[in-house]
Amino acid sequence: MPEFDLSFTIVLLVNGVMIGLMYALIALGFVLIYKATDAINFAQGEFVMFAGFIAAGMASTVGLPFWVSALIAIVGMVALGFGLERVVLRPLIGRPVIAVVMATIGLASVLRGVAVVLFGASTLAITMPVGDMPIDLGFVTVPPVQLVGAIVSIVFLVGFTWFFLKSRTGIAMRAVADSQTVAMAMGINVRRYFALAWAMAGVVSAIGGIIWGAMLGVDNQLALVGLKVFPVVILGGLDSVLGAVVGGLVIGIVESLTAGYFDPIIGGGTKDFAPYVVMIIVLMIRPEGLFGRRLIERV
Amino acid sequence: MFHREAGVFKTNYAADMALYPLPIAKWTMAAIAGLFIVIAPLFFSEYAVSIINLILIAIVGALGLNILVGYTGQISIGHGAFMSVGAYTAAHLVVSLGWPFWITVPLGGFAAAAIGAVVGIPSLRIKGIYLAIATLAAQLIIEWTINHVPWISGGTQATIQLARPSFFGIQLAHERQIYPFLMAFVVIAIVATLNLVRSRIGRAFIAIRDQDIAAEIIGINIFKYKLYAFAISSFYAGVAGALESYYLGIANYEQFQIDVSIDYLAMVIIGGLGSVLGSVLGAIFVTLLPIVTRLFLESVGGAIFSYSDLLSIIPNLRLIIFGGLIIFFLVVEPDGLNRLWRNIRNYFRIWPFSY
Repeated sequence: MPEFDLSFTIVLLVNGVMIGLMYALIALGFVLIYKATDAINFAQGEFVMFAGFIAAGMASTVGLPFWVSALIAIVGMVALGFGLERVVLRPLIGRPVIAVVMATIGLASVLRGVAVVLFGASTLAITMPVGDMPIDLGFVTVPPVQLVGAIVSIVFLVGFTWFFLKSRTGIAMRAVADSQTVAMAMGINVRRYFALAWAMAGVVSAIGGIIWGAMLGVDNQLALVGLKVFPVVILGGLDSVLGAVVGGLVIGIVESLTAGYFDPIIGGGTKDFAPYVVMIIVLMIRPEGLFGRRLIERV
Repeated sequence: MFHREAGVFKTNYAADMALYPLPIAKWTMAAIAGLFIVIAPLFFSEYAVSIINLILIAIVGALGLNILVGYTGQISIGHGAFMSVGAYTAAHLVVSLGWPFWITVPLGGFAAAAIGAVVGIPSLRIKGIYLAIATLAAQLIIEWTINHVPWISGGTQATIQLARPSFFGIQLAHERQIYPFLMAFVVIAIVATLNLVRSRIGRAFIAIRDQDIAAEIIGINIFKYKLYAFAISSFYAGVAGALESYYLGIANYEQFQIDVSIDYLAMVIIGGLGSVLGSVLGAIFVTLLPIVTRLFLESVGGAIFSYSDLLSIIPNLRLIIFGGLIIFFLVVEPDGLNRLWRNIRNYFRIWPFSY
């Protein structure tokens, strides 16, 4: 192991925080759907990729300005969320968990194929109107895209926390997640809130897709960030907005530190490996995660 | 299969538990199996037999996954990784120790079973979505380990080459020659699975799937049986992986990545959860799907797309059809191909007096 070096460690930490907040952005979409509908979205990465493709396709192929193409991506993802909920997820309500898991895996496969057929296999670029000049934070420099991602993430965290705690819609959504039958008896239109949750997840995925796409470029590899969602949400708790952000931060930092210190020794790849080790440990010790709701089971 | 049941009056439990309700069912089954074993290599082309061989390997793997997912109700997205454990174990034993296939294939299975049981340990505490994610982690960690530990991967390409197995000095080089070899394993796997699921262990699996807490209350040791399920399922996976690397002549982690795990899950779901025949049908269906898609597009797609476009579109269209079919079956026919087959059979069983 290389010797401990404070400034190097601080750089790694800041990078970890930045990337972690961007993971949190993607994890938020996952948490929203789980919190409101109890469905597990294995296609979250593909959602992000698809949104990135729409934005990049509109900007580079059609030649629309950034804000217009971003808006089209958001609207498109909302429509996709509504549509998928109606066609795929609604018939599966009340079915075993593996049915939903497999349906979203199938969905992931479809989205990956459709994206390449529609937009081509080459890597598209998204240029955000923030410039490329790294921003100097005093002790480290960060790319502006990551800073935007971090800020958006924090805004979403605050916004969704308020939404679920205070707004009428958010409270209704929590009621639906808690017990669909009781929510129905209280006069809540359960189906409407399911559709709404998928649409909201579409918005979050669209913004995640634009920011991630701007950082990495858009091709079908972008969907792989979806694999990072699972360690984040397991660590934070599947149904916790705060958990998504804290989980994202921890995973980002772990990833950055292990990559910085261990990659030179074992020759790369620790970045993809370390988050899953953390996840396994969490699953063994505290399966519901840091902020998740503990399930009590009865026959 | 094709008989009419008349006068089936079961008077004891042994008759009720028998695999076949009537002797004639046994004979038709044996006749069909025998016909297939003899005819397929004789009359099909070399290419057709090579596809059948791939299907045979897939059947072994799908049977294993169905024991875990269909019969025990535990989700696993790590089946491909267990196959890779079997493949690398067998390849190492062949290449460095020179052991014959009839030792290395089962040993590959046992190695996979050991790893599978370790992965199954968390299943005591977690289930459903959490278990799915844990097995996903196992898939990625096993893949990473194979790729990054030279002692396992056998070099920088993570590839081990091994020769086709040989019988009495004759190497099974041709598709037609390796076909009976693979078929033997499939027959053993099918018979073993049929017998497993009606045994005490299989009934415990089904009880755990249907209601695990209730199963524990009636005295089933859930932890033990969940581990059994993981180990047995991984054993099948390991054997399938070893067979695949024998068949392809190469053991490489890239042929057992996460998309393979998803393919096998699709086989089990499209075929029918908790059904042996379903696993077979699902394996046939999912293996044939990309081949049929490609043949269809190559003949018809030329009218719509240019040839260069077609090459990039085919794999993506395959993804779309594959995902679409999974969703279609989940929404429309959750019990899969097995149920379709049973519906057809039940219709004809009482035909033409179906009132």
